[in-house]
Amino acid sequence: MAGANAAHAGVPHGDGEAHASVRGYVTGFILSVLLTAVPFALVMSGTVPAATAVPAAIGLAVVQMVVHLVYFLHMNRASSQSWNMAALVFTVIIVAILVAGSLWIMYHMNANMMPGMMPPE
Amino acid sequence: MTVDIRLAADTALLADAGEGHEEHHDTASIVTLGFWIYLMSDCVLFAALFATFTVLRGDTAGGPTGREIFSLPNVAIETACLLVSSFTYGMAMIAAERNRKSEVLRWLGLTLLLGLAFLGLEIREFADLVHQGFGPERSGFLSGFFTLVGTHGFHVFSGIIWMLVLMAHVAYRGLTPDNRTRLMCLSLFWHFLDIIWIGVFTIVYLLGAA
Repeated sequence: MAGANAAHAGVPHGDGEAHASVRGYVTGFILSVLLTAVPFALVMSGTVPAATAVPAAIGLAVVQMVVHLVYFLHMNRASSQSWNMAALVFTVIIVAILVAGSLWIMYHMNANMMPGMMPPE
Repeated sequence: MTVDIRLAADTALLADAGEGHEEHHDTASIVTLGFWIYLMSDCVLFAALFATFTVLRGDTAGGPTGREIFSLPNVAIETACLLVSSFTYGMAMIAAERNRKSEVLRWLGLTLLLGLAFLGLEIREFADLVHQGFGPERSGFLSGFFTLVGTHGFHVFSGIIWMLVLMAHVAYRGLTPDNRTRLMCLSLFWHFLDIIWIGVFTIVYLLGAA
């Protein structure tokens, strides 16, 4: 994220940190178009089985999120961004626990119900 | 009191970052860091909605499934609108760094139009579904769908209002340090919404139609 640097834009930067450039946005945009077009094509063609298309779409979405973070939000490993990165890593952990935990519990609920309590779907 | 707290926070941040910068820079980076932390909490909110939607996705209660009601070409156009708008916002930020006020306003205006196009398509989709009797009250799946996609849409709507206000600020007062900080925060917000949309079009629409 350019927050730490670009917020005072107008003051010339001498640190040579490439936090915002047309080239960066164009690269990010082209990568994003590809990473969007491929999963749409996989699903819309209708020829790819769901067992392949679903994990592929999820994987490409994660890659595209990283592309956005790097090229649009300018996340990098610079020390000036350590707090932004710490907040992001913390959030990713919370999101992973929240989503994985919810799905794990809810998909095992049916198995743990007493037989006959729920009408079979 | 508030000044003391802010300075203390500045000092702590500087000590950790191991760098020394000017005062106005520190304030701006504290503001953007605070905004970033808000976005991270918003991320957790969306995670809860994604988890809810995924748990409810099979509970159609005899109503339509995703495959029957989703129009992928429509979603592809919505996705294109948001992605291009992320790019045009980036161009506005670059124009701001180069101190070109009218260019900033032009790029922001283009971003605004793309955001409105996205919102228009989404509202049309929702209206069509409700008109066919497939509103949020129809099934658990549709409740989860309208809550998740609607919350994202409401964020985009808020971003559009914010962008209008900010364009007025920039038009009347120019690219002042305060306005640059605001541009930076809205930039984070707008790109963040595009990242959430990647999750929405993948989890809701593509997985729903696959």
